[in-house]
Amino acid sequence: MTNANGRFGVHGGQYIPETLMNAVIELEKAYNHYKNDPEFNRELTELLDAYAGRPSRLYYAEKMTKTLGGAKIYLKREDLNHTGSHKINNVLGQALLAKKMGKTRLIAETGAGQHGVATATAAALMDMECVVFMGEEDTKRQALNVYRMKLLGAEVIPVTSGTATLKDAVSEAMREWTSRIDDTHYCLGSVMGPHPFPTIVRDFQAVISREIKAQILEKEHRLPDAVIACVGGGSNAIGSFYHFIEDEGVRLIGCEAAGRGIDTFETAATINTGKLGIFHGMKSYFCQDKYGQIAPVYSISAGLDYPGIGPEHANLHDMGRAEYVPVTDAEAVCAFEFLSKMEGIIPAIESAHAVAHAMKIAPTMNKDQIIVITISGRGDKDCAAIARYRGEDIYE
Amino acid sequence: MSNIKSAFAKGKAFIPFITCGDPDLETTGKLVRAAVDSGADLIELGIPFSDPTAEGPVIQGANIRALKGGVTTDKIFDFVRVLREDVKIPLVFMTYANVVFSYGAEAFISTCRGIGIDGIILPDLPFEEKEEFEPLCQKYDVDLISLIAPTSKERIAMIAREAKGFLYIVSSLGVTGARSEITTDLSSIIKVVRKNTDIPCAIGFGISTPEQARKMVGIADGVIVGSAIIKLMAEYGTDASEPVGEYVKRMKNAIK
Repeated sequence: MTNANGRFGVHGGQYIPETLMNAVIELEKAYNHYKNDPEFNRELTELLDAYAGRPSRLYYAEKMTKTLGGAKIYLKREDLNHTGSHKINNVLGQALLAKKMGKTRLIAETGAGQHGVATATAAALMDMECVVFMGEEDTKRQALNVYRMKLLGAEVIPVTSGTATLKDAVSEAMREWTSRIDDTHYCLGSVMGPHPFPTIVRDFQAVISREIKAQILEKEHRLPDAVIACVGGGSNAIGSFYHFIEDEGVRLIGCEAAGRGIDTFETAATINTGKLGIFHGMKSYFCQDKYGQIAPVYSISAGLDYPGIGPEHANLHDMGRAEYVPVTDAEAVCAFEFLSKMEGIIPAIESAHAVAHAMKIAPTMNKDQIIVITISGRGDKDCAAIARYRGEDIYE
Repeated sequence: MSNIKSAFAKGKAFIPFITCGDPDLETTGKLVRAAVDSGADLIELGIPFSDPTAEGPVIQGANIRALKGGVTTDKIFDFVRVLREDVKIPLVFMTYANVVFSYGAEAFISTCRGIGIDGIILPDLPFEEKEEFEPLCQKYDVDLISLIAPTSKERIAMIAREAKGFLYIVSSLGVTGARSEITTDLSSIIKVVRKNTDIPCAIGFGISTPEQARKMVGIADGVIVGSAIIKLMAEYGTDASEPVGEYVKRMKNAIK
């Protein structure tokens, strides 16, 4: 899907300071070498299976299916991975690659803290130094994850610039990378940023759709009618979509964080409210004003609270191959509670956005149709914040 | 010939960077004229961006103050139009790719020509992506300034051969902001540049003292100073033109 210059249609590219150009060129060369290296792939598969717990389960949510009364619903349980989300898939790949490149230090941005925790975990496992940049606002929303990262041996740097959320954490990680390149790999957490990151991260996350395909064929002997995932930068979504892109009968649905609604300024729904721009190393859609100033976006979910979207998603949108729908805070919180009570599965508030959309469309579909929802992470980290949203004054 | 070359024609060039609209455009006008009167040879006018990823905390602060003050690309265009009635030295814009792209590249670049802007510096537009704006810059005779970094290595020759206006040599790794020491082997970098082009080289990032400036013009054709000036602007606000003028004079004297 990527062309030589890292473009997905008009999107993608390498809009970064000259200081970083040789670093991304070196990364691309190393990746192109190791992705076809049997030893690298054997090591990565071993890590994913023995350490991260793959393959993740594809679970038939029978009670949910019967309650909604429409399509048959399966949950892809990325929440059951080690560290509690899909982020580990990408991080183990990138950390192993960085190690092969002779890097001794990983830096990362994090929103909800899931990518930061996964990076800190991989760094601990592989004996690497780790520094995680996290918006100060998010360090408050996700205090437990800050503690987990520190426990794993990482340094967590609260970022106070801008809106003090995910976008500022990315900016700060980029700034840090320009100051220290020789020993440091920037372990980017989503399918965004300059080429080759959107391709590398997508390839490492594509394990999700590879497994879904094999699992659903085994259980149902046919492909699903729709695959639904939440989208911030879009890594779990592209991972869930990738091996279905050629299967035109499979609807691919990305759920964006609408925050308080796409008719308000307090939203992070990029495809629904943004326009084409250039930021964080890539051309894609961004929430911005008429002069190109990046908008201070908002979502209850720290992991989706980002003003852009990965370039491959932007292209899938342009081609009409995937649909991107907005889901509000209120809908996501209802879905968070629904799945917890219905199936005994507490989803991450990010993943709850995908559950919420499935709750809307499943009843409109036939009983012989199939929906797969990717539960990208577990919701333990969100319990205190959701309780507060509901007016219960509890703190971790 | 590019007008920018005239900035380097009378000896070593001193190039101050000023963020437009910090804290307001009236002050920016006074600052620009004070810098010109104090011997500045070319001025980099910053169009603020919400998320300036190549800047350190000092210039980030200027961007925030300017945007809070309500400055926009259109207001800056109007401001430059008036400025050009009496300011004759070369002027370049320094901003980020999205500011140009979102305005409409052709509208932005043709307006630059119309109001007398000689060049554009975009720190997030490397050699590989310059096709985004270069054809339009050529069409309207606005120089798209290239940057060379301490990590550029084998890329230096390629960048230098196609460079326009002047080459911006980034002195150090990391973001903008004062540094006590500059350790990059800049003379080796400039040696490679000289083999590939005869356009002038100016060194920027981290320079704040007259001693550093003097040392830099020993190997280059000019120096660019941003954060040290922005610091004075942050400290003195609307009264910054006098201290900034004095600072420019001191720096210009040091490189004469």
